Amino acid sequence: MTPDLVGGVESPDYASHDRAAHEPYVAVFTGDVKRELDELLTRYPTKMAALLPALWIVQRERGWVSDEGMAEVAGFLDLTPAYVKGVVTFYTMYHQHPVGKYFIQVCTTSPCGICGAEDVVKAFLRHTNAGELGITSPDGKFTVIEVECLGACGFATPVMVNEEFIESVTPDKVPELLARLA
Amino acid sequence: MAEKKMVNLTIEGRPVSVVEGTTILEAAKTAGILIPHYCYHPGLPIAGVCRMCLVEVEKAPKLAPSCATTVAEGQVVRVYSDKSLDARKGVLEMLLINHPLDCPICDQSGECELQDYTYQEGREDSRYREPKRFNPAEDFGGDVIYVPNRCILCTRCVRFMDDVAHEPTLNVSERGDRALIGKFEGKDLTHPWAANVVDLCPVGALLSKDFLNKARAWELDRTASICPNCTQGCNVIMETRENQLVRMRPRPNENVNAFFMCDWGRLNYRWMNEKNRVEHPMVRGKNGLAASDWEAAISAAARALNGKKVFVAASPMLSNESLYLLTQLMQGGSGAFRVTEGEEAPLPGVEDLALRRERAANVYGAEKLGFNKTKDLLGGLGQGDVLVIAGEDLAGIDASSVARAGDVIVIGSVLPEAAGKASVVLPIANYSEEEGTVTNLRGRVQRFTQAKQAPGETRPSWLVLGDLLGAIGKQTNFFLPSEVFAQLASSNSSFAGLSYDSLGFKGLPLVDAPPTSPKAPIAVAAR
Amino acid sequence: MGFPHHPHPRETTVLTKHFGEADARTLAGWKKRGGYKALEKALGMQPADIVNVVKESGLRGRGGAGFPTGMKWSFMKPGDGKPHYLCCNADESEPGTFKDRELMRWTPHALVEGCAIGAYAIGAETAYVYIRGEFTEPLHWMESAVKEAYAAGIIGKNAMGSGKRIDVHVHKGAGAYICGEETALMESLEGRRGNPRIKPPFPAVSGVFGMPTTINNVETLIAAAPILLNGAEWYKKMSLSSPKSTGTKLYSVCGNVQRPGTYEVVMGFPFKEFLYDLCGGPLHGRKFKAVIPGGASVPIQNMEEAEATLMDYEGFVAGGSMLGSGGVIVIDDAQPMVTVIARLARFFAHESCGQCTQCREGTAWTTKILERIRDGEGTVEDLDTLLDIGEQMTGKTICVLSDSCAVPVVSGIKKFRGEFEALIQGKRFHPVTAAVA
Repeated sequence: MTPDLVGGVESPDYASHDRAAHEPYVAVFTGDVKRELDELLTRYPTKMAALLPALWIVQRERGWVSDEGMAEVAGFLDLTPAYVKGVVTFYTMYHQHPVGKYFIQVCTTSPCGICGAEDVVKAFLRHTNAGELGITSPDGKFTVIEVECLGACGFATPVMVNEEFIESVTPDKVPELLARLA
Repeated sequence: MAEKKMVNLTIEGRPVSVVEGTTILEAAKTAGILIPHYCYHPGLPIAGVCRMCLVEVEKAPKLAPSCATTVAEGQVVRVYSDKSLDARKGVLEMLLINHPLDCPICDQSGECELQDYTYQEGREDSRYREPKRFNPAEDFGGDVIYVPNRCILCTRCVRFMDDVAHEPTLNVSERGDRALIGKFEGKDLTHPWAANVVDLCPVGALLSKDFLNKARAWELDRTASICPNCTQGCNVIMETRENQLVRMRPRPNENVNAFFMCDWGRLNYRWMNEKNRVEHPMVRGKNGLAASDWEAAISAAARALNGKKVFVAASPMLSNESLYLLTQLMQGGSGAFRVTEGEEAPLPGVEDLALRRERAANVYGAEKLGFNKTKDLLGGLGQGDVLVIAGEDLAGIDASSVARAGDVIVIGSVLPEAAGKASVVLPIANYSEEEGTVTNLRGRVQRFTQAKQAPGETRPSWLVLGDLLGAIGKQTNFFLPSEVFAQLASSNSSFAGLSYDSLGFKGLPLVDAPPTSPKAPIAVAAR
Repeated sequence: MGFPHHPHPRETTVLTKHFGEADARTLAGWKKRGGYKALEKALGMQPADIVNVVKESGLRGRGGAGFPTGMKWSFMKPGDGKPHYLCCNADESEPGTFKDRELMRWTPHALVEGCAIGAYAIGAETAYVYIRGEFTEPLHWMESAVKEAYAAGIIGKNAMGSGKRIDVHVHKGAGAYICGEETALMESLEGRRGNPRIKPPFPAVSGVFGMPTTINNVETLIAAAPILLNGAEWYKKMSLSSPKSTGTKLYSVCGNVQRPGTYEVVMGFPFKEFLYDLCGGPLHGRKFKAVIPGGASVPIQNMEEAEATLMDYEGFVAGGSMLGSGGVIVIDDAQPMVTVIARLARFFAHESCGQCTQCREGTAWTTKILERIRDGEGTVEDLDTLLDIGEQMTGKTICVLSDSCAVPVVSGIKKFRGEFEALIQGKRFHPVTAAVA
């Protein structure tokens, strides 16, 4: 049988990012990270095309994409901050606010909906004490949201925790999953 | 220039022949049909998003967005077929489901394209029973307020800032029915041409703070004019309510300003509502200046001028007609003008369009007609000359500079303090209160017309000057400014052949003006 | 394969043969399994000849549109002096579809090879693989495979010593179903909001960065390799029904079925046997009620239609639906159709880019009405309104997301009207087959 956890891809440690919202902004694109951006720019004939990858780097480094982050990216790519913001708000995966240490995204689109996804959501809300969708739990660890089709419909219900993709989650597996995370 | 291929098609039964590459929507205009639309604008790249301009094209499987579809030989287009009307009715219904019933409090009411097309082709009722989307109003900075609830997401404002102003300060934020226009915190709409987005907005989503709640569109009187606030000569509409100017908006002219005008020009209309006017002719008597009548005042002025050397200190806001008549008053003397300056602010997306450094309407005309541009307005005033102050308020100049004048005649809308020793004051209409022509920095002569009534006994400047010239034996009577212009055209080779009829309301270049090319960007396809 | 289950004997595993084999994901492992022989062959052929083979084979786009691939490649004019681009559409977001995810995480090198073959065939030196941001595992394996391929000189300045340059770059999406639409994908790649473009101009004339571009689905590109190796005739022969549908198709099966997973069968396979035999039939004690055979954008089939369908492009159309992406969503009698359809509408409303009036407003309006009906507060007028809105949303917008939202609503009301009416009449849903034929 397939293991629940696939990919073996580690999420970055977002605990440090909890403080992010209150600290002065530190530039992302310096040293190695700047070199990473430079390499990215060689892949495309325009600077603008490196925008989505550059925003991913900001989110990786800081846990979310702040206004300052957008302005920094804009500067490097010869774009206006307003333009970058328009792009950031279009795509759902860029966080415009800090989120809990573990950002739990449960697919509830119909193929998973008919396989009990709503119960998985309820289980997460209960066991994390978050209580409501989109609200960070009192201990600051968990935020639970519903997302649209994650493209793993045959492995209902798929759940993403930060960058980790977990298949075949059922309500009874939720406590164990949360225990492993915390 | 290569021959352009023509395409022939039929629109609503009318035969149309247009240049290859023309869109169906533009072709329909030539047949007298205005296909309803929102996102399309001839000064902006094509977006094709509002879907309002859908028309039926025979033999095509789907309805065509006429703003984004080029004409084809033999096409048969039905603008008012059942299918087309039904589709457009559907778009209108959809636009109205989240749109608040704000007409009673919305500035756009009466000049709103959503109202207009809904009356024309929309439903009488709404079938929407759900709660409407809500977002609070936002101050975008500059002169602009944004009311997201009324926004139909046509994106004209975003495309203007991106592709015409070349400063992408506005974006579309979010996605789907959560989408709204946004900007970046701290980066406001302070671009010198930003307020054009208010004109471009078809509904009451983008509003002018200056105009907010000032008047209802149907209360306004409107007239075609030329912006007087710099030498670009943007074509405008002056709008008044109860004889006060309340708004200026651009009028399209492909040879001058495309579809736009700058914020400085647009918002600087209040000076034409000036209050401290001279409203009656005045003549100096034993007890100083006293109100008089026109005949007496003209006669007094004529006596003062008789046989004397004249220096004219004119305003570059005066029309070609008035400046021309002033030169005839000079009698061998000379004239000068000064002009305030500011930063030039181009609109990069339109060729040769900018808020110009020189902030007056007729600098070019004044120079053409023989006035010297100078920073020292009264420098050329000779000892004992008769100083004719025409249209100038002498701000920043004190009476000592006027001291060496033998006599002073004021022909203006205000009585300057420094001209206190004037022996005659002839009150004239200001720029918004009379008719005439001005010449822009590229030598284009354009007509402006009367927007409001002049107060008291004031008269048009050209009429006063004509009478004055008559009184010194130089002139027959003028009854119309076009007559003055005709005489100017026959005596000055640069103006040869021009007339009010030929100028129309788009203007014409002077005979010796350098050639310019049309600048309105024909709707460019999105990249 | 019915992966993750064992391959069913009636499957024809061409592309799915190595699913589940961990070392197939490495270059060494892939080469052991015959990998990159097709690319080697391709680089020794003329691009025009490759295009002809693919044309002959009858391969059609496997992303959902079913456009003949060879013909699409032939739109790229050689010798125009412009850089050509290949975009691999790995943005798989159509609800019910997960085959590309499986292909990428089990056979990433197959996709690298497919991209290289496709790029070479259309005269492109650069291929971008646009993978949706949520696909952590495929991103990881594709990055790894690309890296290995560069290191081994298979791609890069001098692909396999051919003297031709082929670059493959993985590009990560950021959460937008609409970026699976080809012109929106190009917009997103360029660093813009994923707004579909009006056509014309078509991508082969003006695509990414204004240059001639071809966009192909993952499965389509991977299929090119065996076609080149085994020949067009071999591929054409795999066709049980309509001659216009050739080769094999991956089907992602999900929902209320015994064995959800990825299946690969020959075109024209009987759908009834597929559902009851290969997929194991309904869950214990339940009956099938409805199937959406090609992802959320195709019409819902009732069981009478589904059980008479032959699985190919023409067969699904005859069966009242479409093949689409091959995402088979199986719905049993325990599921209220209105709930299922309302949730699909909510999906489309969430994913609408917002450009076109009918889509932006219509998807949300449709969702609100359906949720009201679902919650017992619907009225009789609502059904007519829904159908009317559906009409307004069809054939009038820049892209077909709008049409896609209308499809389950219209087909749902048509084939399962009884369930809608019952809720409107105030009755609660009971898990028995409540469909009205």
